[in-house]
Amino acid sequence: MTTLLTLNEVHTHIGQYHILQGVNFEAKEGQVTVLLGRNGAGKTTTLKTIMGLTPATKGEIAFRSHSIKKNPTYKVAKLGIGYVPENQGIFADLTVEENMKVAMRKEDSETLERQQYVLDLFPDLKKFWKKAGGHLSGGQKQMLSMARAFINDSQLILIDEPSKGLAPIVVEKVMEAIVEMKKKTSIVLVEQNFMMASRIGDTYTLIDDGRTVHAGDMQDLIHDEELKRKYLGIG
Amino acid sequence: MELLVNLIINGLATGMLIFLLAAGLTLIFGLMDVLNFAHGGLFVWGAYAGIFTYMFTESFIVGIIGAIVTGALLGLITEKFIITPVYGNHVQQILITLGLMLVLQELIKVFFGPNGVAVKTPSYLAGSWEIGDVIIIKYRLFIIVIGFVIFGIFQYMLKRTKIGLIVRAGVQDKEMAQALGIHIKRVFLYVFMVGAALAALSGMLMAPYSGVIYAEMGMEYAILGFIVVVIGGMGSFSGSLLAAILVGLAGSFMAYYVPVLSLAVNMILMAIVLIFRPQGLFAMRKERTS
Repeated sequence: MTTLLTLNEVHTHIGQYHILQGVNFEAKEGQVTVLLGRNGAGKTTTLKTIMGLTPATKGEIAFRSHSIKKNPTYKVAKLGIGYVPENQGIFADLTVEENMKVAMRKEDSETLERQQYVLDLFPDLKKFWKKAGGHLSGGQKQMLSMARAFINDSQLILIDEPSKGLAPIVVEKVMEAIVEMKKKTSIVLVEQNFMMASRIGDTYTLIDDGRTVHAGDMQDLIHDEELKRKYLGIG
Repeated sequence: MELLVNLIINGLATGMLIFLLAAGLTLIFGLMDVLNFAHGGLFVWGAYAGIFTYMFTESFIVGIIGAIVTGALLGLITEKFIITPVYGNHVQQILITLGLMLVLQELIKVFFGPNGVAVKTPSYLAGSWEIGDVIIIKYRLFIIVIGFVIFGIFQYMLKRTKIGLIVRAGVQDKEMAQALGIHIKRVFLYVFMVGAALAALSGMLMAPYSGVIYAEMGMEYAILGFIVVVIGGMGSFSGSLLAAILVGLAGSFMAYYVPVLSLAVNMILMAIVLIFRPQGLFAMRKERTS
């Protein structure tokens, strides 16, 4: 299986704070790699560092074997990495249609086909097509954010806590959508909800205090009560 | 009746000139959140560059093009070398752009002389039409038309084109726009250049209206522009148009009926709006959603 993304001993500073202090992981093509860890462990910063929003100060980040560590964010996105931030990043004054359109880098038949695919996946978006992004519910915003990341034939999508603040029934919908999207793209998922992470993820990377402390197959973690108790406080 | 119509036309024409200046500020201050006190400098440079081009070529249209090009070029230099290092820092923006304003003003004196320059209205826009007892000055009507045309073009661009969507998105959430593959620094540079070109255009159009141009006129009019953006709401073109018309009409009526209040009326209007609607009449929503 081809490795899409590699992080090797990545360090990130935000202001005077040393947030990431050695993150390592690989994301492989066709898989969902889940980043797990307690609050404040550095999972969100890891995604932001990959996107170049909080650039790495040390270490190496490679996408398809090419270094992207020094790339500005827009170039990282253009290489084929989609991003769904924790706060969804919806443009509140733009309608659902405009949010989708602003994300499209091309308006060719393939992109329009992908748009149709995500609208079938999230029928609510079609229903509220002309509604301002700021007026959508939390779940609809999450769906729009994911649809937007998917629209450009992204080879890898980074999704940050998609279940956060959503009702269980909406979480179920989002989870089904990720499973469906996995058939067409690879995903790096940050998720606190272990039930969701374990059902979607193929592999996991445990981050604690800004460092990678463990990685492996999700099935192994599901049965490793000691690891779950030590780093996730569950089990 | 004729007095009322004349006051309205005068007010509308003044309002449209302020709108053209404020339109540039709406982009730079309202959308990009850059406190550009050098906007008046771009305005006065537009007036001088445009009028001298007009006098040299004897074509008012070429003069307008000269003003727009000068404004855009000054905008390019200003954004690249002055604004880029201070994005996100209002205090530094105020200090550096006030400094730039003084430099631009003094450079006018160096290149064009310290005295004011008398400006003639082009022959085809000079004079007036008389409809009954109502006298309509052609140049004022021309300014009103130009103001509405510019408003229409920008409304269309912002609401109906991809570049307009990108600007609106970038202003609401720069990080997210970049994460969607948008080169936001370049977009902001272009927006700044357009805003500067609009300031220069308004300076050029103001020149025949006031009949004389002078180096200090930039700061006087820039303050009006800021007032209009604040009243209209940050980032709103419709708001700026409405506020500019309000300011223009209020000035026109006050100057006739209560002359002692004519200078204070803009501040009074701004104070009233800020008390009852601190975000302005039509503020654009800028907050990130969560």
